[in-house]
Amino acid sequence: MHMADALVSPAVAGSMYTLSTVAAGVSVRKVRLENEPSKIPVMGVMGAFVFAAQMINFAIPGTGSSGHLCGGMLLSALLGPYGGFLTMIGILLIQCLLFADGGLLALGCNVWNMAFYGCFIGALVIWRMIMKKGMSRGKIIGASIFGCIFTLQLGAFSVCIETLASGITALPFTTFLALMQPIHLAIGLVEGLITAAVLVFVYETRPEMLYCYNAESKATDKGFTLTKVLTIMAVITAVVAGGLSLLASSDPDGLEWSILNVTGSEELEAAGQIYENSSAIQETTSLLPDYAFPNSDSILGTTFSGIVGCLVVVALCFAVSYGFRFFKSKKVTKA
Amino acid sequence: MSKIQKAITEIDNIESLADRDEWVCKLHPLVKLAITIYYIVLVVSFSIYDLVGLMAMVVYPIALFTIADLSITDAIKRLRVVLPVICLVGLFNPFLDKNVITIGDTVILAGIISMFTLILKGIFAVLASYILIATTTIEKICYALRLLHVPRIIVTEIMLIYRYVTLLLEEVNRITTAYSLRAPGQKGVHYKVWGSLTGQLLLRSMDRAQNVYDSMTLRGYNGDFDYLADSVTCKCGDVMYLLFWVILLAIFRWIPIIALVGSLF
Repeated sequence: MHMADALVSPAVAGSMYTLSTVAAGVSVRKVRLENEPSKIPVMGVMGAFVFAAQMINFAIPGTGSSGHLCGGMLLSALLGPYGGFLTMIGILLIQCLLFADGGLLALGCNVWNMAFYGCFIGALVIWRMIMKKGMSRGKIIGASIFGCIFTLQLGAFSVCIETLASGITALPFTTFLALMQPIHLAIGLVEGLITAAVLVFVYETRPEMLYCYNAESKATDKGFTLTKVLTIMAVITAVVAGGLSLLASSDPDGLEWSILNVTGSEELEAAGQIYENSSAIQETTSLLPDYAFPNSDSILGTTFSGIVGCLVVVALCFAVSYGFRFFKSKKVTKA
Repeated sequence: MSKIQKAITEIDNIESLADRDEWVCKLHPLVKLAITIYYIVLVVSFSIYDLVGLMAMVVYPIALFTIADLSITDAIKRLRVVLPVICLVGLFNPFLDKNVITIGDTVILAGIISMFTLILKGIFAVLASYILIATTTIEKICYALRLLHVPRIIVTEIMLIYRYVTLLLEEVNRITTAYSLRAPGQKGVHYKVWGSLTGQLLLRSMDRAQNVYDSMTLRGYNGDFDYLADSVTCKCGDVMYLLFWVILLAIFRWIPIIALVGSLF
């Protein structure tokens, strides 16, 4: 998500520097008020740790690809929002100078997009709100995943606004958003899971290191594993797909609405032998035509079709991923 | 060479470049930092259709790469990080910006011009940052930041991150190498050890931070690094260097030098 200098105009860069400077000023004041001199080297070494840990590839099960650690959320969960924010500034400046990842002029934008949202929104709002009534493994996992997804979405949204305000791209705002947000949703989920795994480890070994930790809550924690999280996520998906499909609007969607306005019908009428043949094949093979059991209008059919649809998509994803991995490994063996 | 090993080598190379006995390396860090930011601001301030005007700004990288004896190949390698993103954003311009610009007898899509302007801006900005970091050590940049009244905490953070990043990168390299030797054929760390593998490194880093703080305090650390103040002084040559580039770059920014030179022929 690092923005390069070329993507920002001086006016946008200046405005973002001002905003980031205000946030940095508040953080410096708060860290000084805490008056913990030993925290300074901890912040420095933790910054170096995040920098180094971001180089580790974490294999994402079943996909053949890998993810990385989310720095902002991890740092603020360990150092607090203010210490985390100041450390992130250091990391971003070093990344920009040593590895040309980002830019000196765009530093204000990058600090805002990654450090501000990750530390202030991620820790000060999400983490603190979730940990208000005590800390547990489940809460850490939930806060990490939700925090990473939400703050990355905010960051990606800011990148779109900053780039468009700089006037350097002809991309319409909505198209740019449609490109940025979904990809960061996936990245956020993976980064959230990795961050959760690390924070749960810290919670198990040295819980006092975590921000908002209360010693009494640990005794009542019943335990929460990553496998449980994945199961819960699968159940949530099934509930969302099956339950919320009941709430799906019977009105035409955007594309159908456009077609309705142009042709007077929600679906385009196609004539010819090819269309008739393909339509016949589709009707014969489709298990759930129009998201319901054949010749039925029941709620059960709609719910069932939602769950089945989800399972099919998940199965297809796994099949494609494993297929990809299988051919890749075959290629490697041949070589 | 692994990705981590490459990063370590890159840091070492940059450090040794900045530590050379070159004239440019000895200039006052604040002067170099100011010129770099000034140059980048001027570069990005060009209109997205002013490709010809922007090309004149090549004067700064050419001059500095020659004077400081820097390798253009190393600098180009650094473009691999930012250039794909810039290209991705710029690539849409030729398709979406259908305005036309007439250069002489040639009619060209404005989107193509803006795409190349964007790429060139990205290249110039990266080269300018490279010139700064290849001629100025991080300690000196931090000293310049302190002169600009950047809070001591932030500057100390930058110093510490820089000092420890190589050390921790080496540790991560050892850990990942050991892991890959025990789990051959895996693309990354298995999800069952995501927490424990990274967590162990984190706990060790925290302990190290405490030791660092104790050592620093025993050696008289008071949160500042005044030792640089004696070795880095602002000389007349530094001011002249600053004035020279401020004036020259302003001329190249606001006077269409390339068009004027072209009109002579």
